[in-house]
Amino acid sequence: MAIANYDEKIPNNVDLGEDRRLKRALESWQPNFINWWKQMGPTLPTEDVYLRTAVNVGRDGWAQFGHVAMEEYRWGIFLAERDRDRKIAFGAHKGEDAWQQIPGEYRSDLQRLIVIQGDTEPASVEQQRNLGLTAPSLYDLRNLFQVNVEEGRHLWAMVYLLHAYFGREGREEADELLLRNSGSSDSPRILGAFNEETPDWLSFFMFTYFTDRDGKYQLGTLKESAFDPLSRTCEFMLKEESHHMFVGTTGIDRVVRRSCEVMAEHDTYDISQYGAIPLDIIQKYMNFHYSVSLDLFGSEISTNAANYFTTGLKGRWAEESHDDDHLLGSSTVEIEHVTDAGQITSREVSSLTALNHTLRNEYIADCENGVTRWNRVLEEFGIDFRLRLPATSFNRRVGIFAPIETKPSGEIISSEEFEASRDMYLPSQSDKTFVRSLMRPVYEQGKIASWIAPPIKGINNHPFDYEYVHLA
Amino acid sequence: METLSVAPKRVEFQVDPNSYRHLRLKIDGEVATIEIDIDENGGIKEGYELKMNSYDLGVDIELYDITQRLRFTYPQVKVVVVTSAKEKIFCAGANIKMLAQSSHQWKVNFCKFTNETRLGIEDATNNSSQVYVAALNGVAAGGGYELALACDKILLVDDRSSAVSLPEIPLLGVLPGTGGLTRVVDKRYVRRDLADYFATKPEGIGGKKALSMKLIDALIPKASFANDVAAYASDLASSITKDAPVKGIELSPLKKVIDEDLISYDYVKVSINRGLRYAEIAITLPDGISAPSTIEVAKGQGENFYLLSLIRQLDDAILELRTNEAEVGTWVIRGKGDMGQIVNFDNLILSNRDDWFANEVLHYLKRTLKRFDVTSRSLITLIEGDNLLAGSLFEVALASDRIYHLIDTEDELANANFMLTKMNFGPLPMGNGLTRLESRFYGDTSSLEKVEEAIEESIDGDLALRLGLVTFAPDDIDYEDEVRLCLEERASFNPDALTGMEANYRFVGPETMETKIFSRLSAWQNWIFYRPNASGEEGALRRYGSGLRGNFNKERI
Repeated sequence: MAIANYDEKIPNNVDLGEDRRLKRALESWQPNFINWWKQMGPTLPTEDVYLRTAVNVGRDGWAQFGHVAMEEYRWGIFLAERDRDRKIAFGAHKGEDAWQQIPGEYRSDLQRLIVIQGDTEPASVEQQRNLGLTAPSLYDLRNLFQVNVEEGRHLWAMVYLLHAYFGREGREEADELLLRNSGSSDSPRILGAFNEETPDWLSFFMFTYFTDRDGKYQLGTLKESAFDPLSRTCEFMLKEESHHMFVGTTGIDRVVRRSCEVMAEHDTYDISQYGAIPLDIIQKYMNFHYSVSLDLFGSEISTNAANYFTTGLKGRWAEESHDDDHLLGSSTVEIEHVTDAGQITSREVSSLTALNHTLRNEYIADCENGVTRWNRVLEEFGIDFRLRLPATSFNRRVGIFAPIETKPSGEIISSEEFEASRDMYLPSQSDKTFVRSLMRPVYEQGKIASWIAPPIKGINNHPFDYEYVHLA
Repeated sequence: METLSVAPKRVEFQVDPNSYRHLRLKIDGEVATIEIDIDENGGIKEGYELKMNSYDLGVDIELYDITQRLRFTYPQVKVVVVTSAKEKIFCAGANIKMLAQSSHQWKVNFCKFTNETRLGIEDATNNSSQVYVAALNGVAAGGGYELALACDKILLVDDRSSAVSLPEIPLLGVLPGTGGLTRVVDKRYVRRDLADYFATKPEGIGGKKALSMKLIDALIPKASFANDVAAYASDLASSITKDAPVKGIELSPLKKVIDEDLISYDYVKVSINRGLRYAEIAITLPDGISAPSTIEVAKGQGENFYLLSLIRQLDDAILELRTNEAEVGTWVIRGKGDMGQIVNFDNLILSNRDDWFANEVLHYLKRTLKRFDVTSRSLITLIEGDNLLAGSLFEVALASDRIYHLIDTEDELANANFMLTKMNFGPLPMGNGLTRLESRFYGDTSSLEKVEEAIEESIDGDLALRLGLVTFAPDDIDYEDEVRLCLEERASFNPDALTGMEANYRFVGPETMETKIFSRLSAWQNWIFYRPNASGEEGALRRYGSGLRGNFNKERI
């Protein structure tokens, strides 16, 4: 397949038109990507969507708005501007020039990191493909599609790295990224959390708030990488990722607000009969999404993470802001510990092996911000109920707490007791059925579903009732 | 160019018969005699005296040189008598002080080279009708007896005191690692329990007992030793038929230039990348050189016959790199030139296998390729545009751990290809008795049959990949990066683990005496060498000659 003008068709700042290797990538991979998008992308047929397209990394270039047909979305390839003096900030190579090529020694590890990151990007598009059918408003529909095309672009970004730096093996991995599918029994996505369908919009908002935030922290550590093209790619991706989290934060905010309004109107907690979502169900959804997102950080004690740090592949969040030697050869950190008797105590371990733990804690602090914000809405309405993050030990399948069960409060309970109370902590079948019953599409301009409040403002200074999506 | 003066620590394998210090070669018609008369003060390194006709690498370099000259310069020789010029001592084996002071790397490399030379002696006996006879005029201990074991016949003086022995285990706490343990049972068919008794008896066994145990072939009275050995040799010679002239070809020292990171010969250039610890070995066929039309013309060219000259250069380059560049862990091999000529050379040699000269070139090539097989370096062959490595030279690629074949999508005319010839299907076996293709496709006869059908066909990267003849065939966009990543990755691994992995994968299938020496015997020896029981401060090897016994960790492992 011949593509007439690469630079025009695919906005980029990587000299696409001049690079034989990338041209080949486009010729072989791009048609497969478009096929994948048609088969696994959003199911709701649309004519066009009011989308933001990045055409450059600069202030003016990264957010160009307009109505585009999604298949013709210009998935670009962008790396943040190169700092020619950039030095490696940590690990055994600290102080050396950042790598512009992959050192053969670290090829496999880097490739693995990029493949795992890359695999999550199309996975979320697949998980969310049916949500358009139940969108609460055109505004939300547009946001969903914006998130989707950007996840597609992030896939492109990872595929660019695989094609540009990893040779034949990289190309094979890039192909595999399109062949694995979320929830497929034969070839599922790599990480378990990305094989669950996002069944409803409350889950979608939770996902963009909690799970995309895990992505933000993973990208943040890769942004520190000694491998400069990876670092620059992730830096630009982080910018887009923050929009996804905005969708999550404001989405949950608006659900809470609507629930408050209905509670105030009818003076009851039991608002399900009025088509709004009771606060305890919101809490249970939070419990679920938060705990599975914590699992994505991997084992708290990890020699892999330690190796990645020492070899310079993956740093800490905002590495250069840490006031230490950036080698972590001898420092230690206090970390939770589950004794053989099943008690939670703490113990001291090498900071180097506890990097996943440290990153996870930064994530937890970040998650608290949203909770504070939603509780302010409750306060505003004079409602006593408060949303809260469950304990770190709650509902964990990975890491230190995997062998035990606790209540959301952190109190240790037997697994029998946990199973018996599961429906009190996590969304029950009837909760899910109820939430799904509310999911009826509202495609009328300026209208919105019963269970969510409209946003305070629209996109790019347009009002809420703007024609964000033209359905087919 | 004289190199020793430039880098005094460098070991030089090129020696001139006029300046041997330790050995003498005497030619008397069909019988040659190698006299061992080691100069005590002629060690190749400082710190030890080569007493009792004990040897070090310097001695063995002379021995290797002699075995080569016997085949090329004195092809009429049918019997080679190996004896000593010293009274009552044949050879006491490798010098113990030298072993005790040497690094592990030095010991292992030294043993490898000495093993290759002894296998070369057997190769001469089997393939050049040059039968080696050890005439032990006195004690043959350890490596001294192992040298005798490499000979076809062992004659021992019957003086009621001279004995053959393998005293390594009781005295030094190591193994007789130059084929001793292997040849006693695999070649001389000594019963295993008697072999056990023999190898733990430091004073060894002489006289009729040695004869009855098959440790020797004949006892020769002391008084008539010289005459009887001569008569034995001449009888043996007259029983051997061989069609070879009195005069073969001279082998003069190779022209080579050594710079810090460069070793360059006429057709082989070695350049070393110290950062990534690899050596690029470029094999070339200059324009204008073509295969002679007949073997007589080739013989007339003598040592300048391209193929012989190239093999000598490769042989020397291998020994150079193994001994002088231990940290250069990967060899990257390329060939440049008209591969059609290599096909012609192959045909010339194979259609004249009855000719002594063609026969010697063929077997020398075989032995040199075997050196690649047992080299403890990662071998990577690159098939690129204007590739020379076809037929016999493609065996270098087949000896490699990986082959990268460039597919040039920009310039199809410059595309890289190679060719197989009959040389790839029998005449150049590995130590395991299989061809490199049989080893490559072990247990997969259908692939091997498909490869056979492609004989003398030009094979490009796509076809090579389909036939399983190369590891990867990246196109010109990827090629450079793939090779770079491979070399960088290789440089990052534990060199010991790589050596172990490569040695395991290179030798599939059946074991032979030869593979047992290089795998079973050497691997055990290398382990024992490294254990404190041998080489620690209180180890038996270190304490030998000090009056103290080895203090062992008693655990059996």
